[in-house]
Amino acid sequence: MTSEFRLPALGADMDEGTLLEWHATPGTRVKRGDVVAVVETDKGAIDVEIFMDGVLREIVVQPGTKVPVGTVLALLDVEGNTPAPSPSAAGAAEGAGRAKISPAARRRARELDVDVASLEGTGPEGAITVEDVERMMSSPRTSSPSPHPAPAKSEEGAGEGQRMREAIAAAMSRSKREIPHYYLSHTIDVTAATDWLAAHNAAAPVAQRLLFAALLIKAIAGACRELKGFSGHCRDGRYEEAPAVHVGVAVALRGGGLVAPAIMDTADKSLVALMDDFRALVTRARAGRLRASELAAPTIILTSLGEDSVDAVFPIIQPPQVAIVGAGSVADRPWVSEGAIVPRKVLTLSLGADHRVTDGRLGAQFLARIAEKLVQPGSL
Amino acid sequence: MDRDQLARRVLDLLTEIAPDVDPATVIPGIDFREQFDFDSMDTLNFAIALHRELGVEVPEAEYARLASLDKCVEYLRPKT
Repeated sequence: MTSEFRLPALGADMDEGTLLEWHATPGTRVKRGDVVAVVETDKGAIDVEIFMDGVLREIVVQPGTKVPVGTVLALLDVEGNTPAPSPSAAGAAEGAGRAKISPAARRRARELDVDVASLEGTGPEGAITVEDVERMMSSPRTSSPSPHPAPAKSEEGAGEGQRMREAIAAAMSRSKREIPHYYLSHTIDVTAATDWLAAHNAAAPVAQRLLFAALLIKAIAGACRELKGFSGHCRDGRYEEAPAVHVGVAVALRGGGLVAPAIMDTADKSLVALMDDFRALVTRARAGRLRASELAAPTIILTSLGEDSVDAVFPIIQPPQVAIVGAGSVADRPWVSEGAIVPRKVLTLSLGADHRVTDGRLGAQFLARIAEKLVQPGSL
Repeated sequence: MDRDQLARRVLDLLTEIAPDVDPATVIPGIDFREQFDFDSMDTLNFAIALHRELGVEVPEAEYARLASLDKCVEYLRPKT
């Protein structure tokens, strides 16, 4: 039986992508979850996984082509009627590794209209650097014929940063237009959590150290399990609670812009396992190597503005989600405890949530649940 | 390892954990945080890489001594 492999949606702010390369050729046997294509989007290059087992029959969209979300990219013979893959084709696909390239170099390549597939990297592990791109420009182009057409530009003259800014603006405009937001904030004493964290990190091997954000992510996931109406999606005015909690984390990119990929099955993970995933996710987000499933998966997002920054954030929901938790900096502040003013580590949590699904009373309980878990870090 | 070798090694590790940083642009005397918005996640990844590659375990309380390339070399040299 033939099945269509379509360009998946990658979150609210992406409605098209340019196919950069295929990691499979006709005849290649693929398994659900295999990365079969790389697509350039406003959020950088994304590895796109296939959703089913089968054998790739035909590539419909060629590299260099820009297509909207939902377009059929390839045809697949799925189990039940699958011809044996030809060994030569499978071998060719294995060799089709993806060139490592820094986002800065990718941006420069786009500006200069250089095809990255034709470059040899001189950076760490053969990664293509800005210098490699610029060197290509100063040498005669004909000396190195390109095997692939250059990726199409979305808009003439628009840089990657500008396109990402436009994508964020479009998604946030939609959010503010469609979602009746309400906002709550709750300031709490997190000294117990920071003390617990410092003790854990002093005793743990370096690879098992945690960041405060890991505690927050775990506390949010726990609260989502206890109270309905915050972890899910609202489509066409109908809310559906997600069966599993996947907390997305807003990651700022150094060149500007941000992405919010998910830590899958957040509530089921130990703090150390969650931290491992969180670290890997941030590194890949900044390297421009996220997977399509991670971008589409979040059921709720945490936006944390980091160390020595602002006191609080008033977060905007990313549709089709219905809630977003914000965290300001953990700071030393005077605090009243048992009638005395004492210095404590203080954090302001905030919530942006959707009035179509919940109201402020439930939202307040939700923030209180997160706070309860944070003050008992040992039980996370 | 001499000073230059160590500095190169540290720079390699830095661009491994922060692939979006162009090594050619790193200024040794300026804090990473100021140059590339280095955050607590970057610092943790850097500490893990230093432990894995150089065998140096940097306690969390001493992360401030890894703030710039110059500071890293000064801190790590007696330990490597």
